[in-house]
Amino acid sequence: MNKNGSVGVVKTKYFTFAEPSGPLVLESGRVLSPVTLAYETYGTLNRDKTNAILVAHALSGDAHAAGFHKGESGPGWWDVMIGPGKAFDTDRYFVICSNVIGGCKGSTGPSSINPLTGKPYGLDFPVITIADMVEAQRHLVDHLGIEKLLCVTGGSMGGMQALQWVASYGERVRSAIPIAAALKHSPQQIAFDEVVRQSIMADPAWRQGEYYEHGQPEKGLAVARMIGHITFMSDQSMEEKFSRKLKNGQYNFDFAADFEVEGYLRNRGDHFVRRFDANSYLYITKAMDYFDLSRGRLIPNGKVLSTRFLVISFKSDWLYPSYQSQEIARELKMKRADATYCELPSTYGHDAFLLEVEEQTTLIRHFLDKTLNGYHVAESNDI
Amino acid sequence: MDLGCGNGDLLYLLAKEKGAKVQGIELNDSAIYECVKKGLSVFHGDIESGLAEYPDQSFDYVILNQSLQEVKKIDGLIHEGLRIGGKIIVGFPNFAYLWARWMLFFRGKAPITPSLPYRWYDTPNLRFLSVSDFKDFCREKNLKVKEAHYLGKKGRILYWANLFALNAIFVVTK
Repeated sequence: MNKNGSVGVVKTKYFTFAEPSGPLVLESGRVLSPVTLAYETYGTLNRDKTNAILVAHALSGDAHAAGFHKGESGPGWWDVMIGPGKAFDTDRYFVICSNVIGGCKGSTGPSSINPLTGKPYGLDFPVITIADMVEAQRHLVDHLGIEKLLCVTGGSMGGMQALQWVASYGERVRSAIPIAAALKHSPQQIAFDEVVRQSIMADPAWRQGEYYEHGQPEKGLAVARMIGHITFMSDQSMEEKFSRKLKNGQYNFDFAADFEVEGYLRNRGDHFVRRFDANSYLYITKAMDYFDLSRGRLIPNGKVLSTRFLVISFKSDWLYPSYQSQEIARELKMKRADATYCELPSTYGHDAFLLEVEEQTTLIRHFLDKTLNGYHVAESNDI
Repeated sequence: MDLGCGNGDLLYLLAKEKGAKVQGIELNDSAIYECVKKGLSVFHGDIESGLAEYPDQSFDYVILNQSLQEVKKIDGLIHEGLRIGGKIIVGFPNFAYLWARWMLFFRGKAPITPSLPYRWYDTPNLRFLSVSDFKDFCREKNLKVKEAHYLGKKGRILYWANLFALNAIFVVTK
């Protein structure tokens, strides 16, 4: 087993559907046409098309989950988990990842050209939901000729999409692995998102979303991202990473970044405005806030689903605390679904789903083995 | 449903040998990993708070194997167990085992036996009960004992179980 296997150099592909004759009808009732999804695939789809895994990304992610783009040094956002011999083993499975609609990494979003005006949508872009993202992915999965997904997975908003897949197309999902996710956004999560949105919209450069000719509302978006990064870490991980360390070894007695943690946040913020569209941040956070599969909306009463679940949470995650994953687990118990719940003892906070490789790998590899092959593989790893 | 399923050895046997549809609850981190490695479906959590969501009679059998003695609210757990399952299989170490009596009576020390291997300061056990105690409990709570099996050092014990059994296994229903 090659533990450090990489899928190598990969290229983003594009799939366009929902031409004007058959637009994508959104949860709000509004329509979107045409719709393009940027996506990448890793590994090989088997003949029966039974080994496909859909990976869904979080708030600021994209279709580039694994491997390298030509000329870039950094790998995809979940490269530690996707590749030969890794948790999502590309020697065995066919892994798909697409950028969500509303995003800004190749899929149709507020920065895309509105065919009616010839200009970027801006706020004319319809508000989308997690269910709309999943509906778009369903078109892609159909396009790839896959009837049933072996697994839908993702962390944070990716986990919400995994759950939404179960709610929308449960019979097409053999297993789901929602990680550090929730059945619904809590008031605290909505509150953080609202502060994030306000900081973008309060920047005069935002211009009611019509900033594309003038440049991003960089100040607002950077602050928004800084808030995000605070919520992604834990008190302990910040202590370990920064403590009270000073950038120059002494106080400056001004408002420059004295502490390393300040420098880090400013740096993350500045970095982010170069790679992410401010309006996409508004639309995607709104989609997360609307998300609510509680009160029987995950699996309707009386419906028996054969989907297997692996629900993972992290002890130090205070943005999507374990109790929210336990709520998912409780809902699954009530519906007599085949489910496993595990809380991993990480100190990384919400970011743990990107960083806690070893434990997640152990759990996911064996869970997928069992989903595909049943009990007989339990004693051996070689298939 | 195995409450306190540990590494999942028993569940794995039941699933593989008997084709049973199984589920477990376990608190220990590393034990959970072992269960998932075996392909088992398990919930990471406390057995005393983890049953409320299950609909009535979700399971044919609820297993409390070597976990009863670590439970705080025995009454509530047995009651919940019989709500979610038809029968409870309870396995526990017998505190009235001959050697345990010997240690206490002649040496004046807290008993250490093959089924109660811990010292007084490191035992996870909260309860110390005997075969007779459990029978009394069932009588008091109107639980029907469907089966009782006693295990000694060299296999099944047929007579004088309260004296010779290291472990007891009861099958009880309402």
